[in-house]
Amino acid sequence: MPNDTQHTSGGPLLEVRNLRTWFPIRRGVFTRTIGHVKAVDDVTLRVARGETLGLVGESGCGKTTLGRTLVGLERARAGTIRFAGEEITGARSDTLRAVRRRMQMVFQDPFESLNPRMTAMDIVTEGKRQAGLLARSDCEQEARALMNEVGLDANAIFRYPHEFSGGQRQRISVARALSVQPEFIICDEAVSALDVSIQAQIINLLMDLKAQRGLSYLFISHDLSVVRHISDRIAVMYLGRLVELGSAESVMERPLHPYTRALISAVPIPRVEKKQRIVLEGDVPSPSNPPPGCRFHTRCPHAVDACRQTVPELEPLADATDDTHLAACLRKRELR
Amino acid sequence: MDELLTIENLTVAFDTDEGVLTAVDDVSLSIGKGESVGLVGESGCGKSVTALSTLRLIPSPPGRIVSGRARYGAEDLLSVPIERLRAVRGAGIGMIFQEPMTALSPLHRVGKQLVEALRLHGRPSEAEAWATGADWLAKMGIADAAEVMYAYPFQLSGGMRQRVMIAMTLMLGPDLIIADEPTTALDVTIQAQIFELIAQMRARETALLLITHDMGVIWEMCERVIVMYASRIVEQGTREQIFEDPKHPYTEALLLSMPALAGGKGRLPAIKGQVPSPLEYPAGCRFADRCKHAFERCRTEQPPLYALAGGRRSACFLAEAGAAGSRKSEVGNRK
Repeated sequence: MPNDTQHTSGGPLLEVRNLRTWFPIRRGVFTRTIGHVKAVDDVTLRVARGETLGLVGESGCGKTTLGRTLVGLERARAGTIRFAGEEITGARSDTLRAVRRRMQMVFQDPFESLNPRMTAMDIVTEGKRQAGLLARSDCEQEARALMNEVGLDANAIFRYPHEFSGGQRQRISVARALSVQPEFIICDEAVSALDVSIQAQIINLLMDLKAQRGLSYLFISHDLSVVRHISDRIAVMYLGRLVELGSAESVMERPLHPYTRALISAVPIPRVEKKQRIVLEGDVPSPSNPPPGCRFHTRCPHAVDACRQTVPELEPLADATDDTHLAACLRKRELR
Repeated sequence: MDELLTIENLTVAFDTDEGVLTAVDDVSLSIGKGESVGLVGESGCGKSVTALSTLRLIPSPPGRIVSGRARYGAEDLLSVPIERLRAVRGAGIGMIFQEPMTALSPLHRVGKQLVEALRLHGRPSEAEAWATGADWLAKMGIADAAEVMYAYPFQLSGGMRQRVMIAMTLMLGPDLIIADEPTTALDVTIQAQIFELIAQMRARETALLLITHDMGVIWEMCERVIVMYASRIVEQGTREQIFEDPKHPYTEALLLSMPALAGGKGRLPAIKGQVPSPLEYPAGCRFADRCKHAFERCRTEQPPLYALAGGRRSACFLAEAGAAGSRKSEVGNRK
């Protein structure tokens, strides 16, 4: 795959600054808000045109909420989201509608995300029809073209979701996302529910489409091997915050954050005898009451007093030659 | 090696509206005392049904064990009276499931469930059983074991529930544990914790039959590997044999199609097409349509599970005596 991250005409495609998505916790008769689940808490990142940014983290870290906030399925409490230079947080609904067509989402479960009562043709052309960009009479031709593009039999357009296998359904989800000619697709665990042999087919499809259509992806997954394969850059999230961000190679080969290191060491890999595995103790704390200081300090084998008090900034190593590799750890330099 | 459990020619079918579905087709395998065996394959390949059938845990109807035996000691688990089987389940062969919520009762506290299981298989007093249960939770690395005894399963995290499940299985002292995707629903850092527990248990010489779709997990946990495809065993061998030099094109293709943590860009060598429907398996080799080495004979004749040098087996005509070893797998070149 050609490295086209340099191709950044007109600034980043997506720019997120200090984004917060909090969910209120309500109690009692008057549904008083007694706290917040801080699912996304002060996240800043960019996605360049033609780039794939991988977003990894464990369940409950906020990666899905981040993706949903970007496409407007959740409301941001604070921060800004700019898409192609245009501010979309709090934008008017008509501007928003136009922008949202340019950002699409592919979900994990191809069994739940497709309406069982709609034919493949209706599913893949619905978005464009709703947007008034496609006449009823052109649907069939459009659907056939889309089915072909994602590697499905064009004659299957009159079938219903249950008549397709899991991998084929995920192809339909991709075709649906493509129909409105988006520039940016958020894939939320898009290959996680698939068997290995089928997973490879869908990864290939996503990579081919990126090359053909010049797409950018935010690729959300808990699977480090898949993210490593598909991403140009990787962001690691823990308890609502980014803890590390950098090129796929530097994050995976030279991780700076102890959490990233533990995550990588925990992945079982065939034919590699394990070097010392870092086994983290305990569970992830609740995002409604995150620990003070560094959020990882409760499980970090290297935590010192300062970690319990100071919130570390996401920044490069002071003397780094690579200032695009960032980590939020007070001790990153000495632990390197 | 002394065999602990030997499954012979097991065939299991499900009667569905669309016809008879063959879930397990003529599967034979054995597990030695203290051995760890991985049963790997993709969804629907029959790996779980094989394990569940051994303890007669498949819903019947629609499921039915068409033929086969499961020798455990002097008995055939598939034909012993159900009372006898109940004694074997738990005390002899324990089971760990993917989602502990399906195995734990949502209505009873953890402690009560542990006590009940202990008293079902022995005669400890209520208080003794309670102490044993709490003890086992502590051994599973649960820091506040005394409190967890009073918790309901829904109050615990997924990792904690899986620990409770493992404690419940281990405390009865089985000589074989069947674990069906025990860490698939868990995050990798929690999975690493559970692996540590299972490794400790193995040190106590409990045999393990680990069912998973994850080749990495198999490599990490198992000495011997059995690969299933479309209801049949296609290959078996030691961990090294299977991963370094697979003798069945399916195993090889599966290993090659996995993205590597070490990186590597570009298109993955995906396996084209999809698994045939268990309602209408083709006449020949079930992998033939997706296999890049397939030839005429593969489409008309079903290959038997050939015994090869080194004690391994493969159900591929290319692995048949004479041809064996003539084709070196591409997997060896990849790291």
